Amino acid sequence: MPHLNMVQAINQALAQEMERDDRVVLLGEDIGKDGGVFRVTEGLWERFGAERVIDTPLSESGIVGTAIGMAAYGLRPVPEIQFLGFAYAALDQIFTHAARIRNRSRGRYSCPMVIRTPYGGGIKAPELHEESSEALFCHMPGIKVVVPSGPYHAKGLLLQALRDPDPVLFLEPTRLYRMIREEVPEGEYTIPLGKARVVREGKQVTVVSWGSMLERVLKAVGPEAEVIDLMTLSPFDAETVLASVRKTGRAVVVQEAPKTGGFGAEIVATIAEEAILYLRGPVLRVAAPDVTMPLPKLIDAYLPTMDHISNAVQEVLRY
Amino acid sequence: MESKLRELLSDAELLGFYEQMVLSREFEESCAEQYTKGHITGFLHLYSGQEAVAVGTTAGLQKEDYILSAYRDHAQAIVRGADPNRVMAELFGKATGICKGKGGSMHLFDPKLNFMGGYAIVAGQFPIAVGLAFAAKLKQEERIVTCFFGDGSMNQGNFHEALNWSRVWDLPVLYICENNFYGIGTVVQRASALPALHRRTCGYDIPSEKVDGMDVIAVYEAVKRAAAWIRERQRPYFIEAVTYRFRGHSMADPATYRSSAEQEIWRSRDPIPNFAKRLIDEGITDQAALDEIDARCTARVEEAVRFAEESPWPEDSAVWEDIYV
Repeated sequence: MPHLNMVQAINQALAQEMERDDRVVLLGEDIGKDGGVFRVTEGLWERFGAERVIDTPLSESGIVGTAIGMAAYGLRPVPEIQFLGFAYAALDQIFTHAARIRNRSRGRYSCPMVIRTPYGGGIKAPELHEESSEALFCHMPGIKVVVPSGPYHAKGLLLQALRDPDPVLFLEPTRLYRMIREEVPEGEYTIPLGKARVVREGKQVTVVSWGSMLERVLKAVGPEAEVIDLMTLSPFDAETVLASVRKTGRAVVVQEAPKTGGFGAEIVATIAEEAILYLRGPVLRVAAPDVTMPLPKLIDAYLPTMDHISNAVQEVLRY
Repeated sequence: MESKLRELLSDAELLGFYEQMVLSREFEESCAEQYTKGHITGFLHLYSGQEAVAVGTTAGLQKEDYILSAYRDHAQAIVRGADPNRVMAELFGKATGICKGKGGSMHLFDPKLNFMGGYAIVAGQFPIAVGLAFAAKLKQEERIVTCFFGDGSMNQGNFHEALNWSRVWDLPVLYICENNFYGIGTVVQRASALPALHRRTCGYDIPSEKVDGMDVIAVYEAVKRAAAWIRERQRPYFIEAVTYRFRGHSMADPATYRSSAEQEIWRSRDPIPNFAKRLIDEGITDQAALDEIDARCTARVEEAVRFAEESPWPEDSAVWEDIYV
């Protein structure tokens, strides 16, 4: 089985779905002729033509808005936003239209599109090019939020997202793009949305994470920890998390986003609502501080490290 | 020989233009080297080729005027008077940087110079420029707000909103479009319905002109004229400076979308040697004097690199600083 990195796995998923379904069109800044700033769409313009791999002007709001129109008409657009920080210019279209088309049309229209965007820290660029603002999108009903943690899952989740009837924000952890290689089957396979996975079983503490933090979690924790990769943040798989917490009685949530209002808070609140009587101690969050993403030396002081993660695990194991 | 240049500017001013362009070029080429060595990280967008626009524009403005830019902002900050040492230290991420090493290449900011920031989000600076100009108007302070931006940013909604507002309220905004023909790898003809960018302001009744952005004197004259026009009428004005970046969009961009023939043509229009030749041809200086300026700029940039290298990193606690008032 070929060993691919995440860029190659995503590229393969896009190509296979475009081959299978001619309603799939890609649009974004420099994704076509230039192959994308991270080379994720390399070769697709040559293979599928300029009408299915569309170079757009610089206008994120326009990219998403146009994709909504395409989706309502029956296409399956895949807008790319160059960095998640640039999606703020498109929030109007994402929040006020994409997320509401199904509800607003009382089920008559949907908005089947996948907004792909690199996100997250660790590439030594400041603020808007590194932020993890996934919680904003999880708060908005009507849009699914998916975060792969490696090449294998990136391909399977993306193929599933591309077949989903509703808008999906597909967040690609930039730090992992070329960092991890995994065996990725050449053929099609899908991984369901809304399902978490237990990456490693353990008995004493549940560690919940997603995206680029998972790789650090797996290095930082020992066999006592049961590690869960959420994969889909919205809607998130509470059952898998709660089943694990009921077994271990302890939980740590690891996110690279700032702590306040982060998605980790939602998981902790769910545990408090549904499983508090199973807990032996406090549920801890490992998160970035509530500050703007700095450059570049301070990134190490900002992003959660393996030490932060293992300290939190040791702390809850005291109970 | 009659000197047209001397009718416009003193010899010292003319040589100053030359020195600022050379300093900018040396600074940027040194940044490329430091990026390759891993001293500068993240994304680095270099200005080489476009120097005449920053130098000519800045010279045509007053000190009290505000300047905003996009992410290709090093030269604009330095030409405005920012200390090259502190700009280089910022790019290294050192504590002595102009933004304490936390903002980096794309977010230079020096309010003492009325340099109101580089903005990484394409077109993010437009409404802010309008707001500054509105505030100046309300406070009855005579300032022009100059907003640099690239051709690609004119396709964002923010551009249109800002142009409209600045004309509805008649604000003293000078728009300087640096048309280098490429938004990353997408050529202007594939991104703009009207590639003659200066003509796009007619929908907002804002007068505009196109100027040779490879000619520092042409840019200076246009900006000086436009600035006087704005000060007199308190209305926005738009200049499209046609220029070219010699390097890729950023250091991560191999720039394969431009033919070598195209690049050759623009290299032959390099604003620095062409201006040097003009200075010599008009008898304002000689090659030896220009060589001396070149050497001074090289030394200045070497000093900036040394300063950045020797500067301390920010303390980890700096993560918590300057977040909330």
